[in-house]
Amino acid sequence: MEKLEVKGLNHSFGFTKILKDIDFTLQKGEVLSIVGPSGGGKTTLLHLCANLLDVEEGKVTNTFRSSAFAFQDARLLPWKNVIDNISLGLLAYGCKKNVATQQSKEIAIRFGLEEDDFDKFPKDLSGGMRQRVSFARALVVKPSLLFLDEPFSALDIGLKKELQSILINMIDKKEISILFITHDLMEAIRLSDKILLLKADPGHVVKKFSYDMPQKDRDDKYVYAQSAKILQDEEIIDTFELELK
Amino acid sequence: MKFIIKILKDFPAYLWSGWGAIASIFLFIALWDVGNQVYGNLVLPSPLETFQTLFVMLQDDSLLAEIKTTLYRASVGFGISLLFGSLLGLFAGFFVTASIMSRPIVTILVGMPPIAWIVLAMIWFGMGDETVIFTVIVASFPIIFVGALQGTRTLDGDLKEMAKSFKLPWHMKFLDVYFPHIFSYVFPAWVSALGMSWKIVVMAELLATSDGIGASLAVARSQLDTPAALALVVIMIGSLMFIEYIILEPIKREVELWRN
Ligand SMILES: Nc1ncnc2c1ncn2[C@@H]1O[C@H](COP(=O)(O)OP(=O)(O)O)[C@@H](O)[C@H]1O
Ligand SMILES: [Mg+2]
Repeated sequence: MEKLEVKGLNHSFGFTKILKDIDFTLQKGEVLSIVGPSGGGKTTLLHLCANLLDVEEGKVTNTFRSSAFAFQDARLLPWKNVIDNISLGLLAYGCKKNVATQQSKEIAIRFGLEEDDFDKFPKDLSGGMRQRVSFARALVVKPSLLFLDEPFSALDIGLKKELQSILINMIDKKEISILFITHDLMEAIRLSDKILLLKADPGHVVKKFSYDMPQKDRDDKYVYAQSAKILQDEEIIDTFELELK
Repeated sequence: MKFIIKILKDFPAYLWSGWGAIASIFLFIALWDVGNQVYGNLVLPSPLETFQTLFVMLQDDSLLAEIKTTLYRASVGFGISLLFGSLLGLFAGFFVTASIMSRPIVTILVGMPPIAWIVLAMIWFGMGDETVIFTVIVASFPIIFVGALQGTRTLDGDLKEMAKSFKLPWHMKFLDVYFPHIFSYVFPAWVSALGMSWKIVVMAELLATSDGIGASLAVARSQLDTPAALALVVIMIGSLMFIEYIILEPIKREVELWRN
């Protein structure tokens, strides 16, 4: 069974402790969110899980077949056009150039890009379109595990909903597992099976929540109700102190 | 290959966009003619006379031989700078210690006036090819070195991280992530180093050799042959403009399409 297991994870930058005693397991097909205020060490945690940073103390075991990453900013290669950016991951897996191009075009259309955009360089795309490309690039490799680092935070409501519903569709078909990082509690409630609440200085998990209702059945009312319920908790008000003011 | 075809395909459009440049050249020639009428033939021969002299000189094989000599020296010097400047710059860029250590050396190379190098080179190598080539190298090397160094130092950490997250193999990392960025720094450095080489080669020849365009210029000066001197200047400027606007600029445009 594919899974991501984090045990007794600690991390410091210099003398500042950023993460303390983090434990969790992400099973195949699950969506696990880590919610916490900015500067709480969420990105650091995600980088440790994705092997972008070296683990110093504790253990991260990742048995997922493949993984991909969508960053907060799109991080496209400025000298490559839309299709070449999307096909990057496929080519890295050793996919043939023409096959990669074909698949990239198909997924680009699915992510709401138009044929006219295919040859454009990132400088000629809007912020929203860049993020579509970034998502397409991550999902075209059909990753078993997807790392998301606040990829919706700079997007307008419409695009946010659109990208989220693509994810919800994949979640529903059990095509993907997601480790999702956000500071937006409602976003987490809409997408996750489990939520870990991360408190800052140093980052540690203070609460866990689970949601059983399938993601595609969750409507705004459900999300609001659940958020309201969570926000009555003292601990949470304390954690999000800065944000709620 | 695809790339070269694209450059050739866009070339006519590029030439068409050059009308403004041509107009300004004609304006310059007109001003030159005014200068001739004010100061007289000895100080500033007319454009017509200059171009006539140029035409006559170009019929003469000995001038072509001089041009060849100069071209040879400039290309050898520039070529060596290109190769070693780029490689050492890349190397220095990838290692922090090397880039810190190289800074004072670069400052010395950039700060030292070329004329001082010429004097030293004349003492070390005597009068001949080596002196000229050496001067060209010391003048153009630091430009290329700094370009390559900065290109490597300014690689985007976020993009490196992205490359790592997609597990790009090393050759893709280099070709798709590092190279385009570094090249966008190195290529302009090559262009300015080439211009520098062409200027320095003539200066070094004028002082240190008995052949080449620079030496011909020295002869024209000693005989007060102003039309010949100007004709030589026209050759120098004309060839530089040809290389820069007809060869390098179209390449640069294609290479930098992705830039803002
Ligand atoms: N490479 C680094 N070197 C030193 N400090 C860092 C580094 N990356 C992040 N930090 C610090 O670690 C803390 C947590 O950062 P981060 O993980 O980005 O938080 P979040 O993603 O929750 O906003 C911040 O205080 C940040 O300044
Ligand atoms: Mg972050």
